[in-house]
Amino acid sequence: MLIRRPSDIPAHDITDEGLFWSRRSWLASVGLGAVAFAAPRHACAAPSGGEETNTWDEVTGYNNFYEFGTGKEDPKRYAGSLRTRPWTIRVEGEVARPGTYDVERLVRGLAWEERVYRMRCVEAWSMVIPWNGYPLRDVLRRLEPTSRARYVEFTTLYDPEQMPGQRRPVLEWPYVEGLRLDEAMHPLTLLATGVFGKLMPNQNGAPIRLVVPWKYGFKGAKSIVRIRLLEQQPRTAWNVAAPQEYGFYANVNPSVDHPRWSQRTERRIGKLFRQPTLMFNGYADEVASLYAGMDLRANY
Amino acid sequence: MTESQAIRRVLKPLLWLAGLGPLAWLVRQGFAGGLTADPVKYITHFTGRTTLIILMLTLLVTPVRHLTGVHGLVRVRRLIGLFAFFYAVIHLLIYFVFDRGLVFAELGEDIAKRPYITVGFTAWLILLALAVTSPAAMVRRLGGKRWQALHRLVYLAPVLGVIHFTWAQKKDIRLPLLYGAVLAAIQAMRALVAWRRRRWHRPPERPVALAAAPD
Repeated sequence: MLIRRPSDIPAHDITDEGLFWSRRSWLASVGLGAVAFAAPRHACAAPSGGEETNTWDEVTGYNNFYEFGTGKEDPKRYAGSLRTRPWTIRVEGEVARPGTYDVERLVRGLAWEERVYRMRCVEAWSMVIPWNGYPLRDVLRRLEPTSRARYVEFTTLYDPEQMPGQRRPVLEWPYVEGLRLDEAMHPLTLLATGVFGKLMPNQNGAPIRLVVPWKYGFKGAKSIVRIRLLEQQPRTAWNVAAPQEYGFYANVNPSVDHPRWSQRTERRIGKLFRQPTLMFNGYADEVASLYAGMDLRANY
Repeated sequence: MTESQAIRRVLKPLLWLAGLGPLAWLVRQGFAGGLTADPVKYITHFTGRTTLIILMLTLLVTPVRHLTGVHGLVRVRRLIGLFAFFYAVIHLLIYFVFDRGLVFAELGEDIAKRPYITVGFTAWLILLALAVTSPAAMVRRLGGKRWQALHRLVYLAPVLGVIHFTWAQKKDIRLPLLYGAVLAAIQAMRALVAWRRRRWHRPPERPVALAAAPD
């Protein structure tokens, strides 16, 4: 007789995540006795028009996630120690509904969307990734930011037991990132819980992470345990580590170089030669208005 | 087999094998899918590190020669040095072809604007000069003294290499610092061996008093 231990069965082989979340919301609505319909699964795809999606192996095997080591292949190797269930997120600051939320409760009832986005790393490489998740603004609206809220801060888990990379002070732990509230409320900004229609792999920031496609990848805080709404601009990890190299905004901008290297071109992972980097990573039509009148050279 | 035969027939072929080892390893990794999702970056970094390691090995030839008494070893130093240059050429070519798209203006801009590239390229030019002047005929043409003065630049090249390596890192500089520490240790060891040799081989003092004594 073949006995399979639970660890032998990857979670995504059991239930498709979209189904998983919609079952949750269905169960919840039944439990609450409310009239509700299972959330339809949107495929609001491809702001990255016509470009080829990177492979599963590339997306999940080549990551910057310093909590598991500074090598690109470290996260895949070491992220197995991260426990992503149960997972709660503390919501604090300028919100009408602060508290500690189970991650599932935070997104319950929202449509699990697919978004194919370009991801441009500040190191001048890029990928095209089919994320799954929820527009951040839908989640924020539930939490009801107060009129004083102007920024959103995201904090990654701090637990050197689960995240061995945190035993060394490469960055100031925990990792903190932030957005202006209007950036956070932009429809492109995503709280992702999956890739390729599957649950988010640990090395990509499970169970829930931020994706801001027009900014350099490091803005996308992973394994989020706290969301704070603030009046003041938060400190952010890379800005603290090297303020002259990494700013708060970190918008993809081919005409503003990193002090040590050019940002004019990038290598799409899987390609040999470089290609030009696009303003706002190709999302200028959608987001340029957020920065009207701002000096993007000073606010890098 | 004499010492010189052993060097020519055994050591040199072994060094050829060892010198081509990193290249063979890269090819093997290529077939095994082991060059990561960004092979260009991987090969660039790998050949850069290989250059530095081989350069440090060339610095070990002299102390090993003095410690073992196998003075013929000096005859393999050029081969080792040329392998360092070989990997430096691959390193620069990969970067020039794939990262700068074979556009000389872009290479020039990087050299002028990016200090870590300026430093790395300077080290590369040093290795080029040393490789070009490495044949015996060039030693004769330059004259021993000038040739030796030029080849002292070999001490500068790995220092520049370590700076280049460190400067290129985003944040984690442990590995380049380790290279720097090994380089410093090798130089300290060379100094120690040289100092001991000077003490042991100090020429006997001349009997000054006797020689100067009046008849």
